[in-house]
Amino acid sequence: MNAKAPPAVQLAGSSVGVLAAMKGVFARDMKVAFRQRQDLLNPLLFFIMVVTLFPLGVSPEVSFLREAGAGILWVAALLSVLLSLDHLFRHDFDDGTLEQLVLQPQPLFLLILAKTMAHWMLTGLPLVILTPVLGVMVHLDGNSIAVLCLTLLIGTPVLSLIGAIGAALTLGLRSAGVLLSLLIIPLYIPVLIFGTGTVAAAAEGATVGAYLALMGAFLMLAVTLAPFAAAAALKISLSNG
Amino acid sequence: MAFDSFSAFIAMEGHGPYVWACYAVFFILMIATMAGSVRSRKAVIESCRRGYEFEADRSKVAASPAPSASFTRVNVSQD
Amino acid sequence: MWQFFHKLGSPKWFFGISTRFMPWLLAGGIVLLMAGIIWGLAFAPKDYLQGNSYRIIFIHVPTAFIAQSIYIMMASAAIVTLVWRMKLADVFVKAVAPVGLALTFLALFTGAVWGKPTWGTWWIWDARLTSMLILLFLYGGVIALDRAINDEKSAARAVAVLVLVGVVNIPIIKYSVEWWNTLHQPATFKLTEKPSMPAEMWVPLLLSVLGLYLIFGWLACIRMQTEILSREQRTRWVREFVLKGRV
Repeated sequence: MNAKAPPAVQLAGSSVGVLAAMKGVFARDMKVAFRQRQDLLNPLLFFIMVVTLFPLGVSPEVSFLREAGAGILWVAALLSVLLSLDHLFRHDFDDGTLEQLVLQPQPLFLLILAKTMAHWMLTGLPLVILTPVLGVMVHLDGNSIAVLCLTLLIGTPVLSLIGAIGAALTLGLRSAGVLLSLLIIPLYIPVLIFGTGTVAAAAEGATVGAYLALMGAFLMLAVTLAPFAAAAALKISLSNG
Repeated sequence: MAFDSFSAFIAMEGHGPYVWACYAVFFILMIATMAGSVRSRKAVIESCRRGYEFEADRSKVAASPAPSASFTRVNVSQD
Repeated sequence: MWQFFHKLGSPKWFFGISTRFMPWLLAGGIVLLMAGIIWGLAFAPKDYLQGNSYRIIFIHVPTAFIAQSIYIMMASAAIVTLVWRMKLADVFVKAVAPVGLALTFLALFTGAVWGKPTWGTWWIWDARLTSMLILLFLYGGVIALDRAINDEKSAARAVAVLVLVGVVNIPIIKYSVEWWNTLHQPATFKLTEKPSMPAEMWVPLLLSVLGLYLIFGWLACIRMQTEILSREQRTRWVREFVLKGRV
């Protein structure tokens, strides 16, 4: 990697502002993703399949599903985000776009934030949209489904942001997928606990505003800190090549 | 002494198996970690020594008149 | 000040000074740990609630406490690695991570065995045990990442990033696990929380914590020396040390 050579692909020239560069990265990721639609569909199929395994594997009884449903959906969403993380940087790493991204004059962590936002729009958001259907299938009541959707709406961006750190750390390694799960799952635990805890509180009739605010705090923390860590990790992984 | 006899000390009023199992696993794992650390330090020193002696032998061979054809040895680090 | 910092970063200097300290660390550690354990096992009074099973505390608390503090130490070293690129800092992280894993495992194992006579079951999803389990995962991740990256320098820096991300998460994990625990079961009988512990109990406990700390210091030194020797094979001082036995 020669730092002095001008970037071959100009995602955003030095005259372009930070916001425009972020928008450019975001739009490009969306465009690339929509050219490979199967990759978009896979995490969703995985999500549905994992949820299906629980009634089959444990019990189809209404009482069990109603109690465990929120947890099942959260775990399934968490796993499908984990599954999709490998794609976050992989294609760009393989074709060299990532090196160009690092060479941009704009701060790398903001570009990574844009990439992660695109990743969430493509995986987390569809999961949230699909959740009501699966919620009905596991016999959750309307109120629980609404709260579950809200927690997933706040929680899945956190999953994408933390996951970006892991994806950046394991970039270009052998068996990166398994390693990524090992590194990231422990960090997902607080989000999972509060996500399912909020739904449990709502099912008992408690007000959930405080819990949602706490999850919002997680999101703020992840938005402010995770892109820095991911940017540092990305630079290390690229210098490793 | 908190116990009346040695057998009471071993039995710990029925809690003996739990207590002694914990201490046994603790000592086994600690001693294994410590012994393993000592052994790997010795192994590194030994492998360094072999490397240096090998190099010394080679420089002796190089000092003697060179054969008409030779191979170039490439040193690849093994770590 | 800067000269001291510079010296501190020099593997050769560390090698010399640690060789001098190590026998004392080992001897002191073994004496204190054994004193604490023998005192605790044979002489400390019985706990009126848990009976003799509480005597596991004299290894459970030291292992759990030191396992947690090793992660904090690794995080401090990770900052040094990332900011000053000091060689010794990443040698430290790499050398002590397996020790942290072993001690976390011991804390979990002793906690589980202690749980059997106390709670009547081997495992309970108690907040402390669960956080220790997650700490075990964090150590496992650090070691796995270090093994997966071949290049020494990038491995050190990637591990440093991971350790720092982990240390930011540890308080969040601890807090959320405690919250989750109160949500699912009302606070029951805690393993190590005592209203007030008589001196005959906490003095041996303190001794064994200190002893295990010293033994950890010795382990860290010897493992760092191993790592330094294998990294610095090509330097003259390692050559002299290996062939003549002195630094």
